[in-house]
Amino acid sequence: METLLQVMLDGMLNGMLYALVATGLCLIWGVMDVINFAHGEYLMVAMYVSYWLGFLANVDPLISTLAGGAFIFILGALTYKLIIRHTIGKPPLSALLATFGLAMLLKNLCLNQFTPNFRILSGTWLGDKTFQLGAIIVPVPQLTAAVLALAVVGAIYFMIRSTRFGWAVQATAMDRDAAELMGINTERIYILVFGIGGATVGIAGGIMPTYLAVHPEVGSMFGLIAFVCVAMGGFGSIPGALLAALLIGVVEALGGYYIAPVFKYVAVFGLYLAVVALRPKGIFGW
Amino acid sequence: MVTPMHQAALQRKDLIWLALVTLLALLPALPAVAANSFRMHVLILILLFASMAQAWNIIGGYGGQVSFGHSVFFGIGAYGAGMAVVTYGGSPWPGILIGMLAAAVVALLISYPCFKLSGHYFAIATFAVVEIFNRMFLVWYWVGGALGLDYPMVKAGLKNLLWYDSKTGYYYCALVLFVLVFGIVRMLESHRFGYYLRAVREGQETAESLGVNSTAVKLTAMALSAALAALCGAFFVQYNLRVDPSMVMSLDMSMKFVLVTILGGTGTLAGPLLGAAVLIPLQEYTRAQWGGLGGGVDLIVFGLLIIIIVIRQPAGIIGIVRDVSRRFGRRPAAAKGGPSLDPA
Repeated sequence: METLLQVMLDGMLNGMLYALVATGLCLIWGVMDVINFAHGEYLMVAMYVSYWLGFLANVDPLISTLAGGAFIFILGALTYKLIIRHTIGKPPLSALLATFGLAMLLKNLCLNQFTPNFRILSGTWLGDKTFQLGAIIVPVPQLTAAVLALAVVGAIYFMIRSTRFGWAVQATAMDRDAAELMGINTERIYILVFGIGGATVGIAGGIMPTYLAVHPEVGSMFGLIAFVCVAMGGFGSIPGALLAALLIGVVEALGGYYIAPVFKYVAVFGLYLAVVALRPKGIFGW
Repeated sequence: MVTPMHQAALQRKDLIWLALVTLLALLPALPAVAANSFRMHVLILILLFASMAQAWNIIGGYGGQVSFGHSVFFGIGAYGAGMAVVTYGGSPWPGILIGMLAAAVVALLISYPCFKLSGHYFAIATFAVVEIFNRMFLVWYWVGGALGLDYPMVKAGLKNLLWYDSKTGYYYCALVLFVLVFGIVRMLESHRFGYYLRAVREGQETAESLGVNSTAVKLTAMALSAALAALCGAFFVQYNLRVDPSMVMSLDMSMKFVLVTILGGTGTLAGPLLGAAVLIPLQEYTRAQWGGLGGGVDLIVFGLLIIIIVIRQPAGIIGIVRDVSRRFGRRPAAAKGGPSLDPA
């Protein structure tokens, strides 16, 4: 029983991080209908930003997570300005192809500059701290990351639902031309959405080096899982992505522990197939 | 509707293809090509990847169903040939046929539920299938598990479909593969089934209201596409003399099917060849130039070039070709039989 609870807790903490990564993707996908294949690589770059700040300037990941967010905000806005803008209104797969090229570029640029070695920060504030909750051991770094993730996802959701900017984003997502006629600067909305989508994954990547090793391939699996979260939740639905991410985190942990580690992603992807077999547009999709 | 003008245009197009294949068949006679095994290698890969992309193009381009799952079918074909040679010590030919059949069956089983999904949901479902198959093959000892299958030394020749000392045999096999796959798609283009397929892509509901059974059309296209992808996989393993799950059944391999086609131009006959003819030399020469440094420089350049090509011409290389031929006064729009055949 304790083991089950422990495994589920680990899965849930992981799931919150997936939710944060997925929220950025969800935003970009929902508003622009662009599949950003470089999303996992954004995460990886943010992890490197946070790692190097910690290694060279002794900045704790808790603080450099903001730098990670800011850095990927700029990277996201630049991606839109330099690449995505040219693919809007063109064959739908061209944005996919371009972001795939970008992912390849970022991954190998980091490989080239930082070698494929695994790097982890030691001596951070949270470090390997844990505390006991009954029979369950709660890892502090993961818990902090999960709380941060939940806060950011909540903030993004609030922003989209309840601010003037958010309404403008929703209007742009529904019908770009109509939004343009209503006086919304949709070009600006697109840049900001890409930037904010990047910033959320940047924040996730910024805090992760406390407990996860950085290497050029680290983002790929996170990116893939983020795709599954967004689709499972229903495209454009942030609560859907959050719920799906939590489910995926728990299923991954349970599958890895009770079946075999090699099957944990089989469980995750099997879950996706099962969900869309029942609800072809995802949990909250329509 | 086949107008006389349309027909004449088709024939002219076919003549160009015939000339191209003849040229390709004569290429190894040139000492500058045959004596340089790296150039032969690049040519073989161009023909292989063009065939792979064309197989994908049937369902992904003409059918408009973006599948990231083709590495599963490719892998099944590769394992069919590989197991016939390694596990059963025989000729790969029966394995190739069984692999193609198995790939078609697996494709039907996967696609039937997945075709109920639309757009991105379908694409991600095919992702999921690749990951699941990859893990299954990693722990499946009958097919060699994570270690994969290594070819033993067997007699070279067409019976075993492998050669050690020269690449000419592989080159002609790749050419046959290329002619077969492109020939099938060429026939599809003007056949009733090809029109159904494109009609389903352009508007499933409209096509159904006109009496097209869209599910049957998509399933048939998927099975055909999967069987041809499996054939390509079998050639791939015969050429590499080894197979393991991450080599053939991975998202990277799936992406290659998609990338080559999109880069060349989806839903067109020439697109896959153009994509492969640009992408493969790019990949192989950057790898030969910088790959040895181990720093991923080749892939940095490769990624950058993909981005630049997409920004300059989002319709793919075929778009560039059309621009150029338009400038020289020919009217490819007439040869295309109207705007509905343009890539969506």
